[in-house]
Amino acid sequence: MLTINQYVKAESLQQAYELNQKKNNVILGGMLWLKMQKKSVGTAIDLSDLGLDKIEETEDSYLLGAMVTLRSLELHKGLNSMTNNAVAESLKHIVGIQFRNLATVGGSIFGRYGFSDVLTLLMALNAQVELYQKGIVSIEEFSKMPYDNDLLVRVIIKKQEMKVAYLSQRNTKTDFPVLTCAISNMEGTYRCVIGARPKRAVCLYDNNDILKDGITPESAEKFGEYIKSQIITGSNMRASEEYRKVLSGVLTKRALLKLKDCEVTSYAD
Amino acid sequence: MQIKLWINGKMVTEDVAADTLLIDFLRAHGCLSVKRGCETSNCGLCTVFVEDKPVLSCSMLVARVNGKKVTTLEGLQEEAEDFGAFIADQGAEQCGFCNPGFIMNAIAMFRENPDPSDEEIKQYLAGNLCRCSGYEGQLRGIKAYLSFKKENGGVC
Repeated sequence: MLTINQYVKAESLQQAYELNQKKNNVILGGMLWLKMQKKSVGTAIDLSDLGLDKIEETEDSYLLGAMVTLRSLELHKGLNSMTNNAVAESLKHIVGIQFRNLATVGGSIFGRYGFSDVLTLLMALNAQVELYQKGIVSIEEFSKMPYDNDLLVRVIIKKQEMKVAYLSQRNTKTDFPVLTCAISNMEGTYRCVIGARPKRAVCLYDNNDILKDGITPESAEKFGEYIKSQIITGSNMRASEEYRKVLSGVLTKRALLKLKDCEVTSYAD
Repeated sequence: MQIKLWINGKMVTEDVAADTLLIDFLRAHGCLSVKRGCETSNCGLCTVFVEDKPVLSCSMLVARVNGKKVTTLEGLQEEAEDFGAFIADQGAEQCGFCNPGFIMNAIAMFRENPDPSDEEIKQYLAGNLCRCSGYEGQLRGIKAYLSFKKENGGVC
């Protein structure tokens, strides 16, 4: 059971950061995963009053505040238009609308959960993470960093032409995914992100130029085999290591074929 | 800590513990339609509206609702009775335990998307679990309600 001794609505990022340096204090995201834990929290730090619940648009980027809900992200027209609706596809299978109205981008990303659809997607979009202390780092780098007491302020997604496809496999609707797969093509670079391995998501590249002449049923098959041979998976109650390996090849192939049919939509839409 | 919120239009001011969950606060204030079904934020039974958005009250601190408007099924009796009759007509539910959360979220859907496709209905209500049925009766009930509203020119 989760107990909380004190609740503080932070008045500034500095105050939130300082409070977060104490070991038994915690930043509240949507509180959904936190609530499942057996934990005694000293001070729960709420970022709700810091204006981080909005998706802002600048000339070259979308800025997702840490407190943006997954539902707001799912419904965002500009981001869905830029990503061939991969944003909505990655989020709509997460529990239900009521859950996604609470769960936040910051909570999902900072946790770097092995089961995360959101982390998988944002890594394929080559997003960046703005941390209060460390500044801006790529989400790929962030995904490998150990947990610390820094503060995730926002996620930055650069506006650019891209093709993206997202797929996940679930044993049953609304459950955690057994495996997630997001593939993007930005300026000719393919990023293949496999998540729910069940370890943290990992990004693989086309190092052997399998896709250099484009996506065909044959090259998609071959690239799927390549991912299957490279990916490190594990077992848990949902699936075995071997099953996940097989799935990684199948989802990669299917995502590539889906990507092939995607239109490049203007990010200015 | 002192909080102030509106439950179904009525202002409530009270001292609460930092870890009081919205569901417990609402039940203590007579909103017994709000129930715990799973304790894993999955079943949708505890659904209420905060500022008109459906959320899981079992997973939200009441402190976070300070200054906000909360609506439970008790505050939506007319709409709920109207729609609930269509669900009952289909014999959709057996034990009825999931009904309050289901009706709340269905009302949220009607407001957000007054003309949903079957797929959109299934997507929107995926977070409301029913252990008696296969959801077919509920789907028929929703469609019958939407058709009735359309034929009668009513706004959902």
